[in-house]
Amino acid sequence: MGLTKHSTGSALAGTEPGIRRGPSDRLVALAGNPNVGKSSVFNALTGMNQHTGNWPGKTVAVAHGRCRTDRAEYTLVDLPGSYSLIARSPEEALTRDFICFDSPDAVIVVCDATCLERGLNLALQTMETSPRVLLCVNLMDEARRKRIAVDLDTLSEKLGVPVVGTSARDKRGLSALTEALDALTESPVPAKHCRPRYCGEIERAIAAVEPVVRELSPTGLDSRWLSLRLLDGDEALISGLKSRCGIELLKDTGLKSALNSARAQLEREGISPAGLSDRIVSATVGAAEDICSGVITYESSGYSGFDRRADRIITGRHTAYPLMLLLLAFIFWLTISGADYPTQLLSDVLFRIQDALSLLFRRAGAPEWLHGLLVMGVYRVLAWVISVMLPPMALFFPLFTILEDLGYLPRVAYNLDRPFKRCCACGKQALTM
Amino acid sequence: MERYCTLDRLPPGMSARVIGIETDGDMRRRFMDMGLIRGTAVECVGRSPGGDPSAYLIRGAVIAIRSEDTKSIQVTAETGGE
Repeated sequence: MGLTKHSTGSALAGTEPGIRRGPSDRLVALAGNPNVGKSSVFNALTGMNQHTGNWPGKTVAVAHGRCRTDRAEYTLVDLPGSYSLIARSPEEALTRDFICFDSPDAVIVVCDATCLERGLNLALQTMETSPRVLLCVNLMDEARRKRIAVDLDTLSEKLGVPVVGTSARDKRGLSALTEALDALTESPVPAKHCRPRYCGEIERAIAAVEPVVRELSPTGLDSRWLSLRLLDGDEALISGLKSRCGIELLKDTGLKSALNSARAQLEREGISPAGLSDRIVSATVGAAEDICSGVITYESSGYSGFDRRADRIITGRHTAYPLMLLLLAFIFWLTISGADYPTQLLSDVLFRIQDALSLLFRRAGAPEWLHGLLVMGVYRVLAWVISVMLPPMALFFPLFTILEDLGYLPRVAYNLDRPFKRCCACGKQALTM
Repeated sequence: MERYCTLDRLPPGMSARVIGIETDGDMRRRFMDMGLIRGTAVECVGRSPGGDPSAYLIRGAVIAIRSEDTKSIQVTAETGGE
């Protein structure tokens, strides 16, 4: 939640709809679960060369930026974090719409090396829709620290897509990532990659619907995947298709009857609509599990001894609240007392400038009211505000960011959820206060 | 020995395997996104100082879930942890 240049700076004032993109740029989407360091990969690749723009018709802000390699230029789009392409929130819908309808030249799926299985779920879903996918296994340093070994070669072999390990915060592995991106976007024939197989009944239903869907679907959209989504009755996708591509699939009577008969057949075979959704999800989750076995080796358990012991204290029944109060008190104390000296320094400097300004005005023979208005009024107020407000803010926000990086803030939310729920709120809102 | 219960009754330190999720709509989808499906191993790693929510280790990630939501997840407790 730290303040970044593009969340506060001039970029915010200049938000523009859509993305700015050079004519020969290759369009690349960055997708991934929340908190896997997707934005650090994005920042490391694009440097300062980025903009934030609201998506047409949506209120979700999306950052995009340009990145240049020896062989090509890319426009990178930092999609909101999501767990699934079967969208539930507006952010996830945006991610899905972009991957499906904007036909990017490649999609980089960013995963957390310490929690690969969960990220693979999204990667597998993306691979169902996009021909060119690159898996970026980020936080490799964190994984090493937690003694989790990830076999990237085997992973790449099993998935059938290029896999690159990175530690984006330390800017490690990024050249390998851009090289893989060059190679991927230049490969003429999309690589054959692994797709989850569903049970026989569902595969037969897909096979029955797919030929009809292929006739109707816009180019670039995978017909097998679209058939599956239609069978599953994904309303959001259907309305997305209508608004983005102007295609109303369900107006087609041929497709409608094909879908109805396929669904009726599934029902006869004992798969209800809810059962179908479950089986689809289970197939992807199961595939992710299969792929991970043999790729990941834990030298200790996934949630390691140190974290476990620390959490026992940080979220312990008797220690959690006192520790939290102490820590917050310490941060406030540090902010207030630490700000004293720079405040003094700033006010000294700024008021010395005020004296110089007064002198300047008097020498120039400016009327007293002008001097009063500009120097004693505008300048003096500004000087006070800056010298009093700037130092504590410059201290408080970095301290808060450190707490965030240490992972303390989610634990505060966890500790405070019960009391906050009594007030009909949730623990997350504690952080706003 | 196997015991059947709902996930909210699983005491900290114990592991279990999911046998079913008895809820529909968004919460069900969220559970699925976490990879919480039939057969998934879950360990309760702690309770928040207020007694709710509890933290669970699911597929390598620690996730806090309120008991009103874990009530709908049925598990078989595995004795002696993993």
